[in-house]
Amino acid sequence: MRRILTGLGLAALVAAGIAWVLTAPSSVSSATYSALTGDAERGQSVFTAAGCASCHHAPGSEEKLILAGGQPFASDFGTFYAPNISPDPTAGIGAWSMEELANAVVHGVSPAGKHYYPAFPYVAYSKIAPQDLADLHAYMMTLPADATPSKPHDVGFPFNIRRSLGGWKLLFASDDYVLDVPPELERGRYLVETLAHCAECHTPRNSLGALDTARWMAGAPNPSGRGTIPALTPNELDWSAEDIAYYLETGFTPLFDSAGGHMAAVVDNFSQLPAEDRMAVALYVKALTAPAQ
Amino acid sequence: MKTTATAIAVIVALTTTAAAELPQPVKARQGQFNIMALNLGVLGGMARGAVEYDAAAAQAAADSLVAVSTLAQTAMWVPGTDNMTIDGTRAEPAIWDNLGDVISKWEAYGAAAKELQAVASDGQGALGPMLGKIGGTCKACHDSYRAPQ
Repeated sequence: MRRILTGLGLAALVAAGIAWVLTAPSSVSSATYSALTGDAERGQSVFTAAGCASCHHAPGSEEKLILAGGQPFASDFGTFYAPNISPDPTAGIGAWSMEELANAVVHGVSPAGKHYYPAFPYVAYSKIAPQDLADLHAYMMTLPADATPSKPHDVGFPFNIRRSLGGWKLLFASDDYVLDVPPELERGRYLVETLAHCAECHTPRNSLGALDTARWMAGAPNPSGRGTIPALTPNELDWSAEDIAYYLETGFTPLFDSAGGHMAAVVDNFSQLPAEDRMAVALYVKALTAPAQ
Repeated sequence: MKTTATAIAVIVALTTTAAAELPQPVKARQGQFNIMALNLGVLGGMARGAVEYDAAAAQAAADSLVAVSTLAQTAMWVPGTDNMTIDGTRAEPAIWDNLGDVISKWEAYGAAAKELQAVASDGQGALGPMLGKIGGTCKACHDSYRAPQ
């Protein structure tokens, strides 16, 4: 009996050890990023396409480039507060190296080696081109610093155990694209699936909050609030590519209704990007397929 | 059979009542946004080249947009008509906490509509940028005060 118990104890210890290793935070290759130099001007369009300011500006502020954080994002797991990502060296990310920003954006890992919650869409961002990340870092360091401390998330047990996010990432984080596309649609796919992280709202989630890729862009309940985020799949959305590009430029639907909720902020971002990028997104959307019934 | 008929009658009565129950102020404000969308559509069709430019029609549409902007808003935004309280609206409760901000955003729409009115019959080229500007004033308010579908 005693031997069995010892055996069980050892097995549990080994399992815990394996789990500890498997849930360890990943990091990017230093060699990749140390070879790069960021260009702040190019970084501005990466920043705009990635929609960073839409979530990280202070609630209700018209100063969208002051990334003081504080906007609440309610979810089934608790309420997340967007942190300060202004270049303030203590309250924000001013002291971060390019590689530290890359670990945050690509792997959802903080400079201290802690997992971030996936309210920060790093699963989408994981496919960011290293040069785009370098440019983004250069640009973000030019923005105004703000000393407002980040507000702690309001998340209860067991979701407040950060290490468990390593298991979540193991199950759900993938740096593969969802849609197979021909080369001419790759730019649109990069914008939609990676930088603009459209699926975060337009795709439904499973009970653990991961995107259900089998119903990719098929519409979903608003992940943070009331209402429904509409489907982009052809069974629901019959707009032409030109209609979609025009919507991303002006916020006007084909019937001249105007975008509401968080999509208004998304349109604000897309309206600042080149027309070719809006059309690239439109053509990707037209390549989506209806979910299996 | 009789039960089915009664059930159908009840359902019909309920749905009819639900549709009729949207308060008049809500119907009025949705109506004004529909008039805006209709006229923006006329101008948008010309701006995007889907419809041939017609100076008189463009001017009439722009005049209508300005006319809507002059309607008194207070009676359409009575308390208790937000999307937490009633169905059939996407108006966020935050509107009633920030009426000053909402009014200033509505006035920004009016100012943009007047700019469009001044150039609507000058040719097709002016329409696109001005519609972009008006669209910006729509989004500025919808960002905080209109729920997704």
